[in-house]
Amino acid sequence: MNIRFKFLRYRRLALAASGALLVGSVLLFSLLGLNYGIDFRGGVMIDIGTKGAADIGALRSQIGSLGLGDVQIQRFGEPDNVLIRVEEQTASGETAEESAADLDVVTQIREVLGEEVEYRRVEVVGPKVSGELIRSGTLAILGAMALVLVYIWFRFEWQFSIGAILALVHDVVVTIGVFSLLRLEFNLSIIAAILTIVGYSLNDTVVIYDRVRENLRKYKKMPLEELLDLSVNQTLSRTLITSVTTLLALAALYIFGGEVIRGFVFAMIWGVFVGTYSSVFIAAPLLLGLGVKRDWSGLDSKGEGV
Amino acid sequence: MLYFTKWKIVFVLAVCAAGLLFALPNAFPQRILDTLPDWLPRDKVVLGLDLQGGSHLLLEVDVDTAVRERLETLVDDARSGLRGERIGYRNLGVRGDALRVEIIEEEEEEEEESEEGGENGESVESAEDEEQVVEVVEAVEEEEIDMVAAALDVLGELSEPIAATVFTPVPVEELEITANGNVVEARLSEQARLQRTTSAVSQSIEIIRRRIDELGTREPTIQRQGERRILVQAPGLDDPERLKELLGQTAKLSFHLVDSSMTPERAEEGRPPTGSELLYSDTEPKIPYLIRKRIMVSGENLVDAQPAFEQISNRPVVNFRFDNTGARRFGKATQENVGQPFAIVLDGEVISAPVIREPILGGSGQISGNFTVESANDLSILLRAGALPAPLEIIEERTVGPGLGADSIRAGAIACVIGLAAVLMFMFFAYGRFGMFADVALLVNLILLLGALSLLGATLTLPGIAGIVLTIGMAVDANVLIFERIDEETSTNKSPLNAVDAGYRRALGTILDANITTLIAALVLFQVGSGPVRGFAVTLAIGIITSVFTAFILTRMLMVLWLRGVRPKTLRIRRVRLGAQIEEGA
Repeated sequence: MNIRFKFLRYRRLALAASGALLVGSVLLFSLLGLNYGIDFRGGVMIDIGTKGAADIGALRSQIGSLGLGDVQIQRFGEPDNVLIRVEEQTASGETAEESAADLDVVTQIREVLGEEVEYRRVEVVGPKVSGELIRSGTLAILGAMALVLVYIWFRFEWQFSIGAILALVHDVVVTIGVFSLLRLEFNLSIIAAILTIVGYSLNDTVVIYDRVRENLRKYKKMPLEELLDLSVNQTLSRTLITSVTTLLALAALYIFGGEVIRGFVFAMIWGVFVGTYSSVFIAAPLLLGLGVKRDWSGLDSKGEGV
Repeated sequence: MLYFTKWKIVFVLAVCAAGLLFALPNAFPQRILDTLPDWLPRDKVVLGLDLQGGSHLLLEVDVDTAVRERLETLVDDARSGLRGERIGYRNLGVRGDALRVEIIEEEEEEEEESEEGGENGESVESAEDEEQVVEVVEAVEEEEIDMVAAALDVLGELSEPIAATVFTPVPVEELEITANGNVVEARLSEQARLQRTTSAVSQSIEIIRRRIDELGTREPTIQRQGERRILVQAPGLDDPERLKELLGQTAKLSFHLVDSSMTPERAEEGRPPTGSELLYSDTEPKIPYLIRKRIMVSGENLVDAQPAFEQISNRPVVNFRFDNTGARRFGKATQENVGQPFAIVLDGEVISAPVIREPILGGSGQISGNFTVESANDLSILLRAGALPAPLEIIEERTVGPGLGADSIRAGAIACVIGLAAVLMFMFFAYGRFGMFADVALLVNLILLLGALSLLGATLTLPGIAGIVLTIGMAVDANVLIFERIDEETSTNKSPLNAVDAGYRRALGTILDANITTLIAALVLFQVGSGPVRGFAVTLAIGIITSVFTAFILTRMLMVLWLRGVRPKTLRIRRVRLGAQIEEGA
């Protein structure tokens, strides 16, 4: 065997680094929290196009005069494109009048800005909806992970299932950490991106695990560490090529796809890196710690690779 | 693995051709498509609101108000029922979610009649009332119990049985009536609430549809969502604010007599007389009016409403026409009250209070409120469409202007083309001839994806375009897996044919495992996601299925045809060596 790179030799370093990243992410999340978009926080978001470059200062004083509480006004991509975000007007939103307050914000801002600006996008999310979106988003991520756990448990042994899920948890937590650190807007599409990361990272992990399982049957006497190294190396070329093609496509989307989905694409690009890393440096080494069954005789002996 | 019969080849080509056929309409403008014969597919991919511009509104039906209104209609019946049975009562009215009445001793009945002012449930009980209750309770405990029992019967009579349904096989009573001491309360039962919610939502959908149709929007979708919500999606709207205006109004219209027994100013200070209430005008400043609660004619009796101009002043007005019942009632009321003012009330606001100059017998009339041309037009639309059974609350709005939609399509298309070109070149660079096989598969994959989206009538959103781009990047994965596997097999001195065969066979399990897990994530996303995100899940899921087909079947066929034609002695899969190599030269 001509193993080129002994990945497993660096497993302690990798696990320590990942552990630090995880702790850092959890700390960031609990101390700084996330920069939730209106999907999760409720409120109003208006994306306007102005004639010529936008005068942010003037817009700020115009809209500030309405007394709407916390208002964020920022340039969005192009110089003539501005994003206005207004916080939730009422906390409870129990009655129709209270919920209507957010809609009134749109009317008021339209009155102040007049007909000169182009209203590219208007989003109003009421308090009832934002609460539900948080719940369904969390449920989606947990549900996807649970289903995947079951699938891998059926297809492989439970050790693989645990390894894959720990790698996924790592990816999700670290992604949330990055969003917390960089103060990027965390909205509904980021949940979609995280689920895609879950799918992608798992893809990588499953390819490696498939090879591990095959090698376990093929080389019954090989030490596990060596066998894991062999498996990672055998699949490494595929792992890299697929990462490159996915990144090429995502890079095109990041550069040319427009401001609206840039955050979404950023999350996925990040996910490709972290997913690839976790498959090689976390999912595979975890099998060493968890210990896998070596004797597959009697079970599934007609399987591939025998 | 490598044996393809003629029929299999024909089948694979037929699938590709079908994909092309269904994808093609997207390449032509609608004008040309309209000239095509009927048997050709003409459906394009449906663009989501974020791409074509439009409004997405999530509305919630305020069922509590509908329930309250049902209980309020029972107040009159309860009153006449109790009187008919000569049961003494006080403070009859709706409080919260219950119809509530206090039963009292018989002798005090006459006296209590004057206290009926409290019966609307909203006016404050005076201290005087409280004292009397205490006396009554202490004085006649025994008689009261019979009275309470009689009152229970009276209220029970009002309950309309709910028809049996699949869920409730036995018919249920509409009202649940309870007595606590001398207080009798009637509430809607669970089933009655449910039935009222269902009917309020479906009626609202019907009325919303009528209102939106009047705006002339093309193909709005109006769907029920969950128990009490309605999702409205109106593409390509010029003025989304107007849509919100139209949906935000209940449009409950009624005609009332004005109570002239007291000036509104006095009523404002004290308490309005029994059977009357204070309402305000819709103008600034608000003018108070003292209105009789009894409805002369309600908006339900309207058959038509049209915007018009008043002849003399040329101001915008709304002309309306009553049905027979409405015309008769209106005629009678106006005949009896010539010289008196009456009020036209819309959603609790007085929009006009003209004086009746002569009896209006023809069944038609004119509302000359404080209108602009547009508001007169909107009110006509609302009156024609009818009143909502309960108020609607807009709990979510997402509107995209047509400019941004077009920008997004352009940006998405550019990203697709550039991403595609980059991946095609990279695959050729990495695998040479075999890379080109994969490239052909990728192109066919995109055509199949587009064809499937058109055929299924799936909605393409901006995240959906992102899903396509991601598919471009990830679809080649299956081929990469196969090629890498073949490469490994050739290094164990297998013949090219055997190596290709083993490569495909051994890669299959991995390809399926890898794609099924991604598919699980896409399905979960579809299940919980909404709107644009759902579009992403759809393209991702279809892309996974088509990419397995093209990578595993189409490239295999190309490979086999090439092997048969060229009969190479050796295989060299990779042009460049990427990553670490194993078993090199072994």
